[in-house]
Order: sequence, then C-alpha cells, then structure tokens
Amino acid sequence: MQTEVKAFLRRHGLLAGFGLFLISVALSADAFLTPGNIFDVLRQVSITGVMAVGVTFVVITGRLDLSVGSLLTLLTVIVVDQHNTSGPAMAILITLAAGIGVGMFNGVLVGLVGLNALIVTLAMLSFLQGLVLFYSGGSNVNVQNAQTTWFAVFGRHDLLGVPVPALIFLVTAVIAAFVLNRTVFGRQVFAVGGNETASRFSGIASRWTVFWAYALSGLTTAIAAVIMGSRVMGAQNTIGQGYELTVLAGVILGGTSLLGGSGSIWRTVLGITMLGFIQNGLLLLGFPYYVQWLVTWAVIILAVWIDLGAKRGRILA
Amino acid sequence: MADPILTLSGITKTFPGVIALDKVSFDVRPGEVHALVGENGAGKSTLMKVLAGLYHPDAGAIIYQGQPVQIDNPLAAREKGILLIHQELSLSPELSVAENIYLGAWPTNALGVLNKRKLRRDAQAALDAMGCSFGPDDRVGTLSVAMQQMVEIARSQAFSANVVIFDEPTASLTDTEKDQLFTTIRGLQRQGVGIVYISHKMDEIFELTDRITVLRDGQVQGTVTTKETDATAVTRMMIGRTLEAYFHKADSTFRDEVLRVEGLSLKGQFGDVSFSVRQGEVLGFYGLVGAGRSEVVETLFGIRKADRGTLRWQGAEIPLPTPRQAIDLGMALVPESRKEQGLVLMMGGMENTTLPHLASYARRTVMDRGKERATFDEYKDALSIKTTGPEQPVSTLSGGNQQKFVLAKWLCAGPKLIILDEPTRGIDVGSKSAIHTLIANLAERGLAVIVISSEMPEVLGVSHRVLAMAEGRLVGEFEGEEMTEENLIDAVSHHLARPAAE
Repeated sequence: MQTEVKAFLRRHGLLAGFGLFLISVALSADAFLTPGNIFDVLRQVSITGVMAVGVTFVVITGRLDLSVGSLLTLLTVIVVDQHNTSGPAMAILITLAAGIGVGMFNGVLVGLVGLNALIVTLAMLSFLQGLVLFYSGGSNVNVQNAQTTWFAVFGRHDLLGVPVPALIFLVTAVIAAFVLNRTVFGRQVFAVGGNETASRFSGIASRWTVFWAYALSGLTTAIAAVIMGSRVMGAQNTIGQGYELTVLAGVILGGTSLLGGSGSIWRTVLGITMLGFIQNGLLLLGFPYYVQWLVTWAVIILAVWIDLGAKRGRILA
Repeated sequence: MADPILTLSGITKTFPGVIALDKVSFDVRPGEVHALVGENGAGKSTLMKVLAGLYHPDAGAIIYQGQPVQIDNPLAAREKGILLIHQELSLSPELSVAENIYLGAWPTNALGVLNKRKLRRDAQAALDAMGCSFGPDDRVGTLSVAMQQMVEIARSQAFSANVVIFDEPTASLTDTEKDQLFTTIRGLQRQGVGIVYISHKMDEIFELTDRITVLRDGQVQGTVTTKETDATAVTRMMIGRTLEAYFHKADSTFRDEVLRVEGLSLKGQFGDVSFSVRQGEVLGFYGLVGAGRSEVVETLFGIRKADRGTLRWQGAEIPLPTPRQAIDLGMALVPESRKEQGLVLMMGGMENTTLPHLASYARRTVMDRGKERATFDEYKDALSIKTTGPEQPVSTLSGGNQQKFVLAKWLCAGPKLIILDEPTRGIDVGSKSAIHTLIANLAERGLAVIVISSEMPEVLGVSHRVLAMAEGRLVGEFEGEEMTEENLIDAVSHHLARPAAE
C-alpha cells in the first residue's frame, strides 16, 4: 500500500499537487475557476505555449534554444512595423520567414557545424536583442489602425466563445504532436536525442535533424510573435524578455527530459498551462506579480528533482 | 575448510516483469577464487551490483564475517572490505593514480584540506604491495588499460579488502597482461582475500579458480569444485543443453562479386587496403584491437571519410557512400559497440529495428505502424528475442537480446552485404553459437558476409577466406589449407616486429 502510494506520487505527484493548488485557489478566490478567467489564462499561455511546442523538438534532440525570448521581441517588432508599411498579410509572411531564417541560422551553427547549443543560442539571444534596437532605432512601434485591422483576429478575437490565440495554440500542438509521433522526422528527432552515434550508424543525417528542429523552433516563435503583435497592437524593445525561461520551464515541468530522447508535445502543453494557472492563481490570491518569478524557480527545481527521483527510484540522493 | 567470509542466502531481486535473481545463495571463503558463470541475462551482473550496494535485494540476507549486513552504496561496500573491479573501469582519467585509489575517501586534515603527503605515501605502499611499475603521481589517463586495472586492484590493499569481485577482467587485455593479472590475483589469494571471478572464458576459469557456481535465468544451477569437473559439464549447466558443432562453416557456392575495394586509405588509421567479397562468401578480418579493421569498415559504410580509394559495387564503380547511400545500396554494418553505436537504448525493439529504413516504413513521410509491427513480430520470432513487447525499451534487455535487435534491424531490409564487427564479443557461448550458425545461413542464402574478430578460432571457424591486418595494413590473405593459426600469427607478428622507422 505504502509503495503504491509512493509510486503514484512519483508518477502523478506533480499533477496531484497541481490539482490541490487549483482547489485551494478556487476556494479562496471566487474569480479563479470562472470561464472568463480560464480563457484569460489560456490567452496568456498561448504565446509561450506555441513557442514551447517548437522548443520541445529542440529539447528532445538533446539541445537547448535560449534565443527564443529575444527572437520573439524582434519578430513582434517586425510584424507590427511591417503591418504599417506592407499590410497585415505581407507582415505575417515576412515574420514567419524571418523566424524560420533565424532558426535555420541556429541550426547551421549547432547542427551542421556542431557548436555547443547553449553558447550558440545564448549568443543569439544577445545578438537579436541588439538587432531589435538596430531595426527599431530604439523607439517603440505601434499598429496605426489598431481598431480597424483584421490583424486583430489572432490576439484579440474569439471563435465560438474560445479565444483565437488559444485555438492557434491547440492547432499548433495537434500538428506538432502528429509530426513528432507519426512522421519519419519525428522518429529521427527521438533517435538523435536518444543516441546520436547509433543514429548515424543507422543512416540518419543527425546534423540535418538538429537543423530542422531549430528551424521549427524559429517558426513557432514567429507564430507566437503574430499573436503577441495582434494582442498588444504594438511592440516595445523588451517585449519578449525572459520568455525563453518561461518556455523552458514549461517544457521541463511537463517532464520532457533535458538529456534528450524522450518527451512529448502534450506534456509541454500541460506544463505550460499548469505554469499559467499557477501564476494567475498567485495574482488572484493577492501576491505581487514578481512572486511568480520566485514560484517559477521553485516549480522548475521541483519538476527536475521529481524527474530525477523517478529515474533513480528515490527522491533523496 | 575455512568458514565463508561472505555468504549470500536466498537473494531475490525483481525488476518490472523480470525476476533477475531468484533465491540465489552463494558463498566465498578466504583465500579462494570462486568463479561465477552464466549466459548473458543469467543474473551475474545483478548479483554483483547487489554486493556492491548498487541494488538493494527484495529478499534474502548478506552475511559478512559472520554478521548479517546491509550494503547501502559502493563506498560503504568498500569500507566494509568488499571491492568490485568493474568491467568498464571506473576511474577518473584526469586525476592521479593516488587520487583514484582513494577516490571518495581522500585523507584530509581538520580543516578539510587534502593531505597530499599522506595520500601519496599510502598509495605508494599499496602500489608497492602489488609490484606496480608506475607511481602515485602518474595521471591515470596516460596509463594502459591493464595498468588502470591495477590501479583499481590497488584499492584492495588501500582498503584492506577481504573480498574482491572481478567482473570480466580480461575482456580488453593482451595475453601478457592477462598473465600479470593472474599473478596479482594469486597474490591476493595468498593474503587470504576471498575472490569472486566472473568470466565467460572457460580456459581462464579452469586455470584460476577453486570452485564454480553456475547461474541460469536468475537461479543457481549448482556449485562445483573446479578440479572435479570439466568445461563441457559447466557449459551444459550454463545453457541447459549440450553444445554441438561449435563452428558451422557455410556450405555455399561463391557467385558474383558484391564489393571490390581498391587502395582505400585514411591518414593515421589505415593505408592502401584492397580486397573483394563475393555472394555466398564469408570473408574474415583478423587482427589485434587497434589494427584498423573497424576503421576500414566504418569508412566503407560512410561513417568516416576516406582520403583515397575506389569502390566497385556489383561490378560498377561508385563514389564512396554516405551511411544513407550505403544502406540503400544494400550494405549493413553490425557495429563493434552495440550500446554506443548499435541501439537507441531508450527506444523499444520495434523502433530500433526499423530505424535504418524509416522511409520504407512510411507513406508520404507518415510512419506505417502496422508494417513496423509486422516486421517486429517476424524478427522477434525468427531470432527468438525475449522481450515483453514492441515498446519495451531495449535498455532493459539482456546483452544477447540487445544484439539480436541489432541483427534484426539490419536483416529486415534484406541486405546484399553484411559486415559484422566483433559480433560475439562479451556474449555467452550459447548466443555465440547461434550467431555463428546465423552467419553460415546468411552466406548460404547468397549474402556476402564480412566478419571482423580478434578471436582466432572464431575467424578461422566461420570464414572461407581470412585477411590479416596489422597497424592499418593488410599483411596477409589466407584461403583453404593456408588458413591456420600459425600463418595468421606469423603474418601479424612479422609486421609488428619490423622496425618502426619504416
């Protein structure tokens, strides 16, 4: 009996703890489990969620992408600025292309050249932050016809009562899950993350697999930038700052291992959503907003710890 | 007769779905060498991990020096005087010999600062007791494998070990190094240390040990006195059946040439390698470890890029392929190291099997799971692989079953040429025999087969023709009557004896 309880906690402890958290917040804050608040949370997590879907591919190959935060800033600035000069459709196309382009550039350095992923994407984080200021000249940009443009659809509208960004998150996740679980590319991603040498001996072009994983990460960040631009109808030069950590926290919280070779899209969706509800719950309970950073830290440590505990069969070393 | 210094009684250890150890009882007396033998997956490694404190048994007792004990971790085992010498050495290459001997138990002063003088003095004493030629300050990474093993064994002196467990200690040693190891083991024996010796090699077991305990499927099949038995009897206990013809040479006719290699060279690895292999032929590659045999076949397969050389595949000249192109041509490479090169350990057997051929198991890039499952079922039966299902991670399978999945992943696409690099290294006699039979069957079905082996009886037993390799050069080719141990030894040693200046 005792061992069964332990096994259950180890496997579902995080989810059980989250359930307890939901109940206790719901009991003390009436607004928490109302449709309005839930949709607000979903609207919020959709941006980090879409990004995390792409980053999950990179993490499963056993690598990291820390550049997504400032890539989000750059692409949001681009989509808003281009909206004013080239129109919404063109702006979206340019943004997607730019996102994939930056992802591919990371992919060349990490995948094809074989440089360390942490260093390459951390350097890219810094480089892109500089590029943002070059592009914007340091001033914030705003969508000029915010009240009339159809661009508002992506961040501000509802479809059948559900926020459109949440639907975009859902559709992105479903497509990504299909790609990861059912296609040749998905299988290669798992194989390369699980054992890169054995993958090469099996004829898999592991360098290109890594390359395409980064390209995907760039693409999903571009989708997130479209949602962000549409929701805010403007872009500050720091709008995506810190997003790379929230995204990574969601991926880890879901249980995708940083060592590569295992993980899933639905785990990432779950992790990001849990993180969103935790942050929202804390705000409703009256904690100042910066407490969420402290809690994010605690959640990451706990998630990684429990993951390790499950692997070695006990929680303490 | 002396009382046992260490007794295991009724040790049981289960993993999900498997009973790894089933009421295992075993003892070792002071001054005794006790062999522990069994096929892969018989439970030897699990038993040793229980003794070293890496696993905790579900049931049973460990009695050490007359007292029941619990062993919590390897350091605790070592402090009690139970020392495990791993198959893969567990040393830190960047640290000195002395630091490695006392790894995890460095002497410190009251402030926690390392007492280097004491460390060196104690280490020197341990090395002297062993008659080692290297000093406590040498960096471990610069020592040979045999010397590194001596560093591990030196811990027995440093920690006054009463029981030392050797897990396949001769796997990567030369014959001279092996003799030195045996002298060391006999020295420990004279000190009254109880020794557990795990090995597959019958000649070593009969040369060295006093008693033999045989494990099969997690159960003890019996403990016998070495003097009163012979290799056949022990083998029968291990596999539960008598071995028939140990080697089975393919009875096949050679037809068209499949592969011809000319002047293949890779700087620093091998030079000017030329040979050919025909349908139905088994071509052996003999040579010592480091002769460049694996490097040659990895180059053929596109893992390494050659500097020079031409390939003819089924008569037509082709550019040196990438691994993908090699597979598509119909080449298969069962690599030397199944865990590092052969398998993705956290994947299941099915996904490992189809990994080199994903495109042919997909419709418009979407994987066809039904087709994958059919192949998995077919090869699970054909090679009698023991696994609970297509999803069971291959990391949880025994070495023999893992190797069968490596074979399955290459056989399922119907290759024209299959290269097996040390296909029987570190596996038990039963599986060895099965692989030899498989090699013969493949040749009889018309495949061209290349077998690389450092075991002379094996390479002579399965091949129709043998190439000898030394220091990256082909130094002899033998066929028919010429295929003898003396000729192979002559060819290799002749080359090695030449002055290095050449």
